[in-house]
Amino acid sequence: MDAIAVQGLVKRFGAVRAVNDVSFVVPRGTTTGLLGGNGAGKTTTISMLLGILVPDAGSITALGHDMARDRFAALARMNYSSPYVALPMRLTVAENLRVYGSLYNVPKLEARISRLAEEFALGALLNRPTGTLSSGQKTRVALAKALINRPELLLLDEPTASLDPDTADYVRSRLEAYRVESGAALLLASHNMAEVERLCSDVLMMKQGRIVDRGAPDALIERYGRNDLEAVFLAIARASESTA
Amino acid sequence: MIAALQRIWGLIYRHFCLYRRSWPRIVELGYWPTLELLIWGFTAEFVAHAQQHSDVSFGAALIGGVLLWEVALRAQIGVTISFLEEIWSRNLGHIFVSPLRPRELVIALLGVSTMRTLIGLAPAVALAAILYGFNLLDLGPALLLFVLALFLMGWWMALGVISLLFRYGASAEALAWTLAFGITPIACVFYPVQVLPAWLQPVAFALPAAHIFAGMRGVLLDHHVLWGEIAASFGLNAIWMALAVLIFAAQFRAARRNGALISIGE
Repeated sequence: MDAIAVQGLVKRFGAVRAVNDVSFVVPRGTTTGLLGGNGAGKTTTISMLLGILVPDAGSITALGHDMARDRFAALARMNYSSPYVALPMRLTVAENLRVYGSLYNVPKLEARISRLAEEFALGALLNRPTGTLSSGQKTRVALAKALINRPELLLLDEPTASLDPDTADYVRSRLEAYRVESGAALLLASHNMAEVERLCSDVLMMKQGRIVDRGAPDALIERYGRNDLEAVFLAIARASESTA
Repeated sequence: MIAALQRIWGLIYRHFCLYRRSWPRIVELGYWPTLELLIWGFTAEFVAHAQQHSDVSFGAALIGGVLLWEVALRAQIGVTISFLEEIWSRNLGHIFVSPLRPRELVIALLGVSTMRTLIGLAPAVALAAILYGFNLLDLGPALLLFVLALFLMGWWMALGVISLLFRYGASAEALAWTLAFGITPIACVFYPVQVLPAWLQPVAFALPAAHIFAGMRGVLLDHHVLWGEIAASFGLNAIWMALAVLIFAAQFRAARRNGALISIGE
């Protein structure tokens, strides 16, 4: 069974079709990249996958649950991370993890927090207010929050945005390790082509609300006759500009 | 059920953490009730003294009105400020993509509101006894019904404000402070409905507060429990609460359709 199955997804904001007849699947145990320029429809698509935005047409099945009718059953087994959504700054790291552990009904919560603190080197930070942490530390906390319920499906919106290369590399390593260990599916929206090449087995290229191409990173590079995914991205973006 | 309670506790715990480390927040809980109690308490004393009124019940009705009206005000503000805390901390996105149901969110907010209100009013109630010799407990068992009815009124007003936040975003946050204060004149806290102009009286009668405070004055001035007024306040609360829940649910659905849940903090 696929972790995500999307069929004919449409979302309009007034006259603008932010997402236009999008269909794709994300198999379990894989990482799929969602690529596209600003305004391509990536965040809108992820918002609909999370149930925070209702599509105008189409269907979303997440972990076997129809998101239109049974989203909370799916949400309990999913999680999400984005640098654009924060955790309460005045709460300590441990308090934030307790809050989200409770919201996700995590059993043996303190043991789970200890485990995550060990995995993400958060031991010394647990009693510090989250707002006092550096960007890299906050990212590790956000990742610990995203994995608090051992999600079978993890949605990531630019997980390494504004991170230094060392921290970004650490985050990618942890995400890859989690996918391998847990068999979870990851859907990753990113502007970082090297990150997508490294993590993703499949890539969906979005432009103006549509999926304009898809495939494995190597296959896309070969198909477009380029040296890397960034060149493919530019080729698609510029082609879209000339046809827009 | 246990899973739902755990989720509700998760959100209550989030606010508990916030308060236990912030003395300004704790002080703020008691600041306005105490301030208003002082203003109105001294005013009541002045009026009673100036008129050489032999019966202190008039002053007691004013002080009782101040304290009880604060229940509704604090209950409303307690819910809306707790919700705004999530907007201000840019945390709402995480909450709405968790398994927390909207009704569980509301129950958690009501729980925080109850704690904030009770803690916030305690100093004012104590000061009323110390400074003005007014014991709120003199209202007898009816006090429990008055307080419950005022909590309910505060909560449906809060659901209305949150609905407006869904509709208009954080720009509507000023309503969190102003809405309940704005209806104070027609809530008839300090005077009977009959004092209002005739055309305004039906509006006042449509609010539970007018009946609650008529009931309170009945106990304090005439030493009678006006059960009809109490029943009317609960009946009206039921109607307003049902309306507020319907509006909240409709606005929440609309916010999921138009993307407001994503951009509510902007």
